[in-house]
Amino acid sequence: MGTDRKDTPVGRWRHDVPTESLRVVRQPLRKVDARSKVTGITRFADDLTLPRMLHMKLLRSTVAHARIVSIDTAAAEAMPGVHGVLLGNVMPNPFGILPVSQDEHALCIEKVRMIGDPVAAVAAVDEQTAWEACRKIAVEYEELTPIHTIHDAAAQPEPRIHDYGVGGNVHRAENLEFGDLAQGFAEADHVREDLFFFEGNTHLPMEQHATLALFDADERLTVWSSTQTPHYLHRALAKVLAPLPACRIRVIACPNGGGFGGKSDPFNHEICAAKMAMITGRPIKICLTREEVFYCHRGRHPVLMKSRIGVDKSGAITALDFESYLDGGSYGSYGVASTFYTGALQTVTYTVQNYHFRGARFFTNKAPCGPKRGHGTPQPRFALEVQLDKIAVDLGLDPADMRMANLAPAESLTANFLRIGSMGLGACIDKVVAGSGWRERRGKLPHGRGLGIACASYLSGAGLPIYWNSMPHSGVQLQLDRSGLVTVFCGSTDIGQGSDSILAYIVAEVLGLDPFDLRIVTSDTDLTPVDLGSYSSRVTVMSGNAAMQAAERAREVLAKAVAEQLEVPVGRLVFAEGRVFDTEDPDRGVSFVEAVVAAESRWGTVGTTGSYRPPKSAARFKGGGVGPSPSYSYTAAVVEVDVDPETGIYTVPKIWVAHDLGRAINAALAVGQVEGSVYMGLGEAMMEEMAYRPSRFGVHKIPSMLEYKSPTTMEMPDVVTYLVEDPDPNGPYGAKEVGQGPLLPIMPAVANAVFDAVGVRVDEVPVTPEKVFAALQAAQSGKSGRFGPTKTPDVEWPAPRRVRTPWQGGTGVEVERESQNEAAGVAGKKGA
Amino acid sequence: MSQPSKLLAEFAVNGEATQVAFDGYKTLLELLREDLGLTGTKHGCELGECGACAVLVDGTPVLSCLVLAQEVIGRAIRTVEGMAEGPTLHPLQDAFADLGAAQCGYCTPGILLTAEALLRDDPAPSREKIRDALAGNLCRCTGYLKIFEAVELAAARQRGETAAPRPETIYGH
Repeated sequence: MGTDRKDTPVGRWRHDVPTESLRVVRQPLRKVDARSKVTGITRFADDLTLPRMLHMKLLRSTVAHARIVSIDTAAAEAMPGVHGVLLGNVMPNPFGILPVSQDEHALCIEKVRMIGDPVAAVAAVDEQTAWEACRKIAVEYEELTPIHTIHDAAAQPEPRIHDYGVGGNVHRAENLEFGDLAQGFAEADHVREDLFFFEGNTHLPMEQHATLALFDADERLTVWSSTQTPHYLHRALAKVLAPLPACRIRVIACPNGGGFGGKSDPFNHEICAAKMAMITGRPIKICLTREEVFYCHRGRHPVLMKSRIGVDKSGAITALDFESYLDGGSYGSYGVASTFYTGALQTVTYTVQNYHFRGARFFTNKAPCGPKRGHGTPQPRFALEVQLDKIAVDLGLDPADMRMANLAPAESLTANFLRIGSMGLGACIDKVVAGSGWRERRGKLPHGRGLGIACASYLSGAGLPIYWNSMPHSGVQLQLDRSGLVTVFCGSTDIGQGSDSILAYIVAEVLGLDPFDLRIVTSDTDLTPVDLGSYSSRVTVMSGNAAMQAAERAREVLAKAVAEQLEVPVGRLVFAEGRVFDTEDPDRGVSFVEAVVAAESRWGTVGTTGSYRPPKSAARFKGGGVGPSPSYSYTAAVVEVDVDPETGIYTVPKIWVAHDLGRAINAALAVGQVEGSVYMGLGEAMMEEMAYRPSRFGVHKIPSMLEYKSPTTMEMPDVVTYLVEDPDPNGPYGAKEVGQGPLLPIMPAVANAVFDAVGVRVDEVPVTPEKVFAALQAAQSGKSGRFGPTKTPDVEWPAPRRVRTPWQGGTGVEVERESQNEAAGVAGKKGA
Repeated sequence: MSQPSKLLAEFAVNGEATQVAFDGYKTLLELLREDLGLTGTKHGCELGECGACAVLVDGTPVLSCLVLAQEVIGRAIRTVEGMAEGPTLHPLQDAFADLGAAQCGYCTPGILLTAEALLRDDPAPSREKIRDALAGNLCRCTGYLKIFEAVELAAARQRGETAAPRPETIYGH
């Protein structure tokens, strides 16, 4: 038992189980930890304390870009109550989430690259003493010219923020062409080009990041942290703390008080806490202030976009030429992946016949950007969906009908070789069109009121791991105790989305148990098999499939023992309601406890494992690693707005959203994920922005929850949520993702609704009243009723990697390699 | 470093007379979390912006991060730990669990207590009144909708009505 089945046959995950035969899956059950959550018993990282624990604070840079000349810690070290002071030289190994951008140090060594970069760490008897000691550390900086914007970064190659990348302050530049763009534009009946800008915004999880580190008497390190990715933190700790072997490092991810991508990187404060614990021999706690969380960031990249699109008379996309310019901030983070994501999923929603994508990421002296819910895809989705709305107006088509006519087909390959499985977007559009009264109301509401539609797709987990390996993306172990207890061990991390519960529901479904009787042990690198983390909407599909495999293997073992005992063929046994019985004679059976006892008596200790690895991608060109996924979710949304044409101030009274999630493992939790996504999207659409003051050395303008505006109960509209279930063969019981996709259409739907209401275009996110007002004023003075960017920077693009589309007979590799392969194939044949 | 300057005082915490020695500069939030080990009360900003630290003082919601502990000596403090009656959840806690109104659960304690005070004053609040009462409590997971519905469900149950979640709340439309 326990060997991985590398090639998983389609259908293995029983996506075709009829809904009515499911006993646990799909039911709107409580979460298995619901009582802990509502009684305040859940222990988040900052709720933990240990005897003799010290508190740590980080001294952070007050300048945006500088060389560190000297650091004097003598006064801090001399302070009573101070037990440890760390500088970067004791942690020289760089780290970073992606293997291609290991560009962070736990404490800055030679340079600081942003206000907030950590330069020293102090551990003391309490937080106040640690902070006062930090203030006694004297740092001398030699300031360098700071770079604050995409345009500055493109125009100023020097001083370089990092000494790697494409050159100057360009971190990465990519150029991919699928099909024949010129041909595509030649076939178009209508072409238009638009520029868009999506301002950066942040996750703003309610819980501030916190870490507790213990280096115990047996010289083993334990790190409890508010992290979404304990496995990657484990690897980063092992790298920086070498030669401490990884097997002596234990990372326990506490339940996260919200993540949204903001706790997915290994962080400097986590590594400093671990190192400080090793040096002082005392447990070390750090909890970031809210202001520090803003500088930690890793949120939505500001992205400037240019989209040139060619369509035929029906609005079908014959050619799309898309450019994105990402403001990456001071470090790599997930940025290379983010860059590809601004180009990857344009093709998954509507068919794009020929597609050209160029994307460039720049370093700037601001908080590093990374993955936030939707990771790199909300920005191009905004651009494309607003542009399609303009196309519909140009062509005199209904925007909903035009989208419906051009859906990417189910069970197909896109121009860039992404494999679409189930595809329920048509049903989603039908739902929101009917629910919102689209046909009767759009374009017919009084001036100031309007409806806008937008659609989206998102991946159910990244098809490739962050570091190259052939191992499973998710593993589950089951331990079956003779008491009847089934313990589920899995490395997945519950960040509030309910991933612990999903494991329980799926195992309980397979074994016919009550999910609340199971014990779920997760996110502990000493105890649980690796799950790569709570990112890219991967957990339900990947840990769910692994759990299902482990549970089915356990069922096989038990069934064999019971079949022997009852003298009933294995195939006739049913697992339900805590019993194993003969389907033809239900009285003939044993309890689940007796089944475990029978199996343990027969073969010894009972345990099974399950693993999941996504199917191989058809995209084999360089850069094709970002975008493939086991399946894609689909969303359609209609937003209603009420705009004051005098001021531009608007409200959103109602939103209709339909999401194709394959199958709901828990319908109530799925509805909650959709509503939460809509909320977060609405915040981005209306108000949220990471704003800096270039005139004040690049300090964050509003690093507080009061001034960084997010929607409160007063702004949240009624949301009508439709779950569309189009089961996908790659999902457990057909499930696809639900946690991120429903965010995507909200921003463009708001912008499109504003146009329907008052006839002006805001080609920028957030769509603030000031921008609506500016566009209204422009329209009144006879100019174009538009607010948005007008120029893109000059970038030296690399030569395009050309890939023929599937309908051109392409094989998923670059044209050049195709011909090389052909030549090699011919040579090989000759040799044979 | 610090002088032996702790205050010794008594608070009525969740109905129990509780003596505690604490530093005079500590907020009620710090007293609860650090000196009494009641970590159910959360913090999201420590500046009175997010509502995560809300507790009831003599029945009124206050932001415990903005109140010095020594200001509320002798007063009745109610935290999330005091809401359930033994193993029986408070109707609000039950409704939040039933609807998935607590996703990550971090803002939940503050919202539960704020809602409890609302329902004491108004057993049948309108949706608008619920929005208004909870306007100072940020939640980043739920979009507030399940929270509104849970408060309404709990209110109905507290009024003695047999109330069940609406099907569209738990299955979608």
